[in-house]
Amino acid sequence: MNRPIRVLIAKPGLDGHDRGAKVIARALRDAGMEVIYTGLRQTPEQIVATAVQEDVDVVGMSILSGAHNHLFPRVAELLKEQGVDDVLIIGGGVIPDDDIQGLKEAGIKEIFTPGTETSKMIEYIKNNVQRQ
Amino acid sequence: MEYKQLVEKMLIGDKRACAKLITAVENEPEKAEKIIREIHQYTGNAHIIGITGPPGAGKSTLTDKIVKALVSEGNKVGVIAIDPTSPYSGGSILGDRIRMQDLALNPDVFIRSMGTRGYLGGLSKYTKNALKILDAAGYNYIIIETVGVGQSEVDIVKIADTIVMVMVPGLGDDIQSIKAGIMEIGDIFAINKSDLFGADRTAVEVNMMLDLTMDMDRRPPVVKVVAANNEGIDELVNEIKEHIKYLKESGKFEERRKNNLKLEVVELIEEELRKIVISHTDSENKLDSEVIEILNKNKNVYEVRDEFLKVIK
Amino acid sequence: MFDKEKLSHIKEARQQWEENVLAKTLNKAPESKEEFKTVSGSVVNRLYTPEDIADIDYESEIGYPGQYPFTRGYQPTMYRGKPWTMRMYAGFATAEESNERYKYLVSQGSTGLSVAFDLPTQIGYDSDHPLAQGEVGKVGVAIDSLKDMEILFDGIPLDKVSTSMTINAPAAVLLAMYIAVAEKQGVSPDKLRGTIQNDILKEYIARGTYIFPTEPSMRLITNIFEYCSKEVPKWNTISISGYHIREAGSTAAQEVGFTLADGIAYVDAAIKAGLDVDTFAPRLSFFFNSHNDLFEEVAKFRAARRLWAKIMKDRFKAKNEKSMMLKFHTQTAGCTLTAQQPDNNIIRVAMQALAAVLGGTQSLHTNSRDEALALPTTDSVTIALRTQQIIASETGVTNTVDPLAGSYYIEAKTKEIEEEAMKYITKIDELGGAARAIDLGYIQKEISDSAYKYQMEIESLDRIVVGVNKYQVEEEPPKGLLKVDPVVGEMQKKKIEETKAQRNNALVNEKLESLRKACQGTENVMPFILDAVREYATLGEICGVMREVFGEYEQAVLL
Repeated sequence: MNRPIRVLIAKPGLDGHDRGAKVIARALRDAGMEVIYTGLRQTPEQIVATAVQEDVDVVGMSILSGAHNHLFPRVAELLKEQGVDDVLIIGGGVIPDDDIQGLKEAGIKEIFTPGTETSKMIEYIKNNVQRQ
Repeated sequence: MEYKQLVEKMLIGDKRACAKLITAVENEPEKAEKIIREIHQYTGNAHIIGITGPPGAGKSTLTDKIVKALVSEGNKVGVIAIDPTSPYSGGSILGDRIRMQDLALNPDVFIRSMGTRGYLGGLSKYTKNALKILDAAGYNYIIIETVGVGQSEVDIVKIADTIVMVMVPGLGDDIQSIKAGIMEIGDIFAINKSDLFGADRTAVEVNMMLDLTMDMDRRPPVVKVVAANNEGIDELVNEIKEHIKYLKESGKFEERRKNNLKLEVVELIEEELRKIVISHTDSENKLDSEVIEILNKNKNVYEVRDEFLKVIK
Repeated sequence: MFDKEKLSHIKEARQQWEENVLAKTLNKAPESKEEFKTVSGSVVNRLYTPEDIADIDYESEIGYPGQYPFTRGYQPTMYRGKPWTMRMYAGFATAEESNERYKYLVSQGSTGLSVAFDLPTQIGYDSDHPLAQGEVGKVGVAIDSLKDMEILFDGIPLDKVSTSMTINAPAAVLLAMYIAVAEKQGVSPDKLRGTIQNDILKEYIARGTYIFPTEPSMRLITNIFEYCSKEVPKWNTISISGYHIREAGSTAAQEVGFTLADGIAYVDAAIKAGLDVDTFAPRLSFFFNSHNDLFEEVAKFRAARRLWAKIMKDRFKAKNEKSMMLKFHTQTAGCTLTAQQPDNNIIRVAMQALAAVLGGTQSLHTNSRDEALALPTTDSVTIALRTQQIIASETGVTNTVDPLAGSYYIEAKTKEIEEEAMKYITKIDELGGAARAIDLGYIQKEISDSAYKYQMEIESLDRIVVGVNKYQVEEEPPKGLLKVDPVVGEMQKKKIEETKAQRNNALVNEKLESLRKACQGTENVMPFILDAVREYATLGEICGVMREVFGEYEQAVLL
C-alpha cells in the first residue's frame, strides 16, 4: 500500500489508563501510519461512527479494566451492522488468555497482551490490513 | 465500490460513502478527478470557515463549540481537522477529534482528520477536494481547522471564506509572534482562554497591530472567548455570519471565490505542465547532466530552461 | 561537609586509583556499557566518594528524623516505634465479597484497610447506568448507595481501624457514606481515622477517573478540607499522588516534581478559599510509587520529603512543623510486573517494598504476582502481605532510622532528584500552575515522552525485562485467576431497585434539590451530601446533580 495506513486507536469504556494507547499511537506514527486517537471514555457507538467517518483501515482498542468481553464484541457487532467489513479489528490490555478465543470468534482478529512489543504490532498490521 | 455508486450514496447522506470518497480523493489522483467532475454541480453552497492559530490556542475545543452552536440552529456542519505529518516517518497523530468526540454521533456533523503529508502551507494537498465532497454532501458550513504559526502556513487563505485567527494570552511570544502575515489573513480574531491573566493585554496588542495595518476596508473584530466554558461563542458565531454577509454585500465573496478558483486552475495547469515536461524529457537524468554543464559554464540556467520547454512550445 | 584539606587528599587518592588500579582493569576488561543509568535514565557514576557530597551540609540538609527538613524521616523513631501500616488495596465485585476479603486480610496481619472501588463508582455512575455495562465490580467494589457501604464495613468497627479509600472525583460522597456508616455504629466522626485520595489533578494527568471540570473539583476538595478540619479532624483529606504519574511512564524526578506541583496547587486553592495553611496542611498526605531501581527510589523518597518541607516553609510560610512533614503511602510499581512468568513478580515486589521501607514510607501496599493478568487471588495477596511481614520481622532493616543516609551515592542522588524536581516545579509555575500546565498538556506530554522512551529501550534491548525480552520460556497460560462474575452487574441493579423502593423518595428528592442549590451557591456542600446519603440517595443521583451544575471535564491530550 503506497498510502499511509489509517489506524483508529480507541479507549472504550471507563478505563482511564492510556499509557499503552499513547505509546502505540506514537510507535505507529513513527512507522508511517496515520493514527486517529479518540481519547478516553468512548462508547462502542462513538468508536464505530469515528471509524466510518475517518475511513480507517484498522480499529485498535485498549482496555485494562476487565470490561473487554462486553465492549470489544459490541464494537465488532456495530461495525458489521453498518456494513463495515474491510476493517482490521485488534485489541489489547489486561486480557486473560481464557478470553481470547471468545473475542476472536466475535470478530477481533488479534489480541495483544502485556509485554507485546510495538514492533510486533506494526508488523502484524502491515501484514493483515485488508485494503490496498 | 464504483465511484459513481459512492457519489449517489453520498448525495443522499450516507456517511460511509462520503468517507470513502474523501479517501479516494486523498490517495488516487485519477479517480479524484472523476469524482470531482461528477460532484461539481452540487458544490458551491457551503460557507467555509478556517480556524487557525498557534498550537495550544485551543482551536479544537473552539471548533467543537462553534459546531455545536451552528448545529443547534439547524445547520449541517463538516469539519476537516489537519495535523502535521512527520517529515521523517510519513506518519502522523491526528488528535483533534478528541475535543469533538461528543459530536461523533450527531447525524448533522461529519468530522474528518487529515495529515499534511508533506505539503507545506498548513493544509493537506487534498483539503480542497475533501471540502468539495462535504459541500456536495450538503454540509452548509465546513470548518477547516489547522495549525498556523508563521508566514508559510497561510494556504488557508486560498480556501476559506472566513478565517478565524485564534490567539491565546501569555503563550510567551506575544507581540513577537504576531507577524505581519498572520495579521492580514485574519477576518476575525478570537482570543481564547480569555479568563486568564493577560487576555486584556493580548487584546490590546492585537488591536495595536490592526491599527498599524494599512489598507483595511473592514477592521476585523476581536472577540474574547473561553471555549472550554462556552463563553463568547454566540458572539463569535455572530461575527462569522456578519463576515459572510459583509463579503456577499460588498461583492468580495464573489471576488474571493473567483480568485481562489483562478489559483486552483493555475495550480492544476502548472502541475499538468510539469508532468508533461517530466514525462517527455527523462528529466531526472537529463537534468543531472545539464546541471553539470551549467557548473562547467558550458550553459546557463536559462538555456537549460529553454531546452526543457521545447517540448511544449 | 568535609574538611577542605581532607577532601583534596581524597581527590588525589582517587585520581591515583583511577590511573593505576582502575586503568589496569579497564584495559583488560572494559565495562559492559558506555554509560550506566538509573531506571529513570539519570547517569550513575562508577564510584561515589566524599567529593560528591562535599557541598551538602549535614545539619541543614540531612538533619534528623522528625525534624525539619525531614530528609531522614517523618518521625524520630520510625519503625523502632511501630512498623509501617500494611495496607493492602482490595475490593472487587460486591460489598459482601469485598467485606470477606477485608476480614481475611485483617486476620492475616494487615493493619489498615484500603478500599478499591469499581470504575462506575469512581466516575459517579450507578451500576445500572448504560456506561456501567461490563464494568460493574471489575476493578473494585461497586458502591451504589449507603446500603452497599454498610455491607462493606459490616462487622468492622470504624473506631478501631484506619481506612484508605481510593476515590477522587466523588470523594465527598464516599466520605459522607463512611461517616454515615460510622454513625450507625455509634461512632462519632471525630474518632474516624483514614484517608481519601481526593486528588483530581492527577486524574486529569494520568488516571482518567475525573468527572467535573477543574474549578468545581477544587471547590469540592477545599470544602472537604474545611469540613474535616472541624468535624473529622483525624482524617487525611487528600493523598497527593505520584504513583499514577509514575505508572503512566514518568521518571523519578518527574514523579516528585509533578506531584509536589499538584500539592502546591491544592495548598494555593485552600488558602484562596480562606483556610489557614497550618489548619489543613498537617492533614495532607502523599502517595508514591516504588519502582525497580532501589537506590534511586530511596533517594527519591528522601528528596520528596526535603523538597516539600522547604516549599511549605519558604513558599507558604507555614509555622507549624506538622505542616512541613511529608507523610506518604507507597505502592509497589504495577507497571513493572509481567504477564510472563508471573512468579517472578513476587521478587520484583519484594525489592520494591524494600526500597519503600528503606525510604521511610508510612504505609505500604505490595502488589500481587497476578497483577498483569487479573485482580489478586487470596493466595497471591497473602504472599504479597507476607512480603511486608518478612521485611519487617526478619531482615533487620527496621532496626535503625534511615539506614542509607550518609551513603555518598544516596546523598548525591537525593540532591540530584531534589534539584531536578524543583526545575519541573519552576517550569510549571511559569506556565501558571499545575491546573494550567495540565490544560496545556505539558505534564501529560512530558510523561508520555518518558513512557515512549522507556518502551523503545525495552524493544532495543537497552532495557531488560526478565521473562519478556530476555530469559523467555514457552508457557502455559496461568490457571486459577480471579474472575469477576458478570452477574454482579445484574445483582447490583436489583439492589438499586430494592433500595429505591424502600427509601422515602420524596425526602430524597428534597435533599437532592437542597444539594443542587448548595452547589450553585458557595456553601460547603458536605452537609448537604451527608443529608442526601443518609436518605439512601444513590451515588449516581448525587453525582448527577453535581454534573448538571458543574458540567463535565473535557480532556486535553498531547501525545
